[in-house]
Amino acid sequence: MNPSQAVYKGMKRAGIDFATSVPCINLQDLLGLVESDPEIIHVPVTREEEGAGICAGAYMGGKKPALMMQNSGLGNCINALASLDELYEIPLLMIISHRGGKGETIVGQVPMGGRTPRLLDAMEIAWFAPSPAEAEDTVAQAWDEAEAGGRPAAVLLDIEFWRSE
Amino acid sequence: MMKRIEAIEAVAQEAEAQGALLIGNIGSPSRELYAVHDSPANFYMLGSMGLASSIGLGLALARPDRRIMALDGDGAVLMNLGTLATIADQAPENYLLVILDNGCYGSTGCQPTCTCQKADLAEIAKGAGIADVKTATTPEELRMAVRGTGAVVARVEVGNAEVPVIDLTPQEIRDRFMDGCARPSP
Repeated sequence: MNPSQAVYKGMKRAGIDFATSVPCINLQDLLGLVESDPEIIHVPVTREEEGAGICAGAYMGGKKPALMMQNSGLGNCINALASLDELYEIPLLMIISHRGGKGETIVGQVPMGGRTPRLLDAMEIAWFAPSPAEAEDTVAQAWDEAEAGGRPAAVLLDIEFWRSE
Repeated sequence: MMKRIEAIEAVAQEAEAQGALLIGNIGSPSRELYAVHDSPANFYMLGSMGLASSIGLGLALARPDRRIMALDGDGAVLMNLGTLATIADQAPENYLLVILDNGCYGSTGCQPTCTCQKADLAEIAKGAGIADVKTATTPEELRMAVRGTGAVVARVEVGNAEVPVIDLTPQEIRDRFMDGCARPSP
């Protein structure tokens, strides 16, 4: 299974119909799939925190929202995940390109990359790291957990995930 | 110039007349809104400073059949300036961002923001690409301005009204707003 297709199919199965994004090179195919889907409202944003806010508003308007970003953006939206989503019990599916691990060529990605799982743990946000074969199921399950718990859930997709077929 | 609570009352009355949903900025603005014009159609922010305009935009895009207004402040907009470019880019016809500019962080002791010196939020909004940007300095001007789309920047006096804290839980705020107003009927 193509990794971008697998994530996209999981989002579709979950019923995601609203998405905000800040790009990552590894998300480019997924962003194209979402942008060209007439059933998903896609809003490119300037900063991940803004994306979390827009998703919260869309949820209250009846949508099922996702935020697609690089893990560096987790740091840019962490307050909103707690003081908006958790506070008001608003679900959010986060599709995160997880940089800074094996195969990383950009040294600047390493400091946040290594801490990303622990940041999510500290935020008490459920996170998943599927293989491409598992991704469709896992993405749909992550949304189900977010919706049932009224809080964000994250899918971390590392460099090896995007390189596999 | 007008007191902020006068501006909030004018905007809230207009929002009700228009059948609009209203997002209230964190801190004293939401408390003043709750005090002068509580409604299930109001969403009161209790955290996440800077995101009133984004919550409003997301709601406007999700509900093109409803009129949406966000009541924001200068400090909060300066914290999330990219929101102006995104609003301009999306340009939903059912959305209006109202910025009440008192030139300070009013809820934390009135420390000055950059708008009390050189920054001009109306010009920044225009530069971000928002086609329709109006300004207002009186309640009458504000009532007229909030009938349009895009953004309104209203200069208001420094100072908070003596109003109580909002005695609703976050869940109560969300449920009455979402289930009663914001979410489409099944």
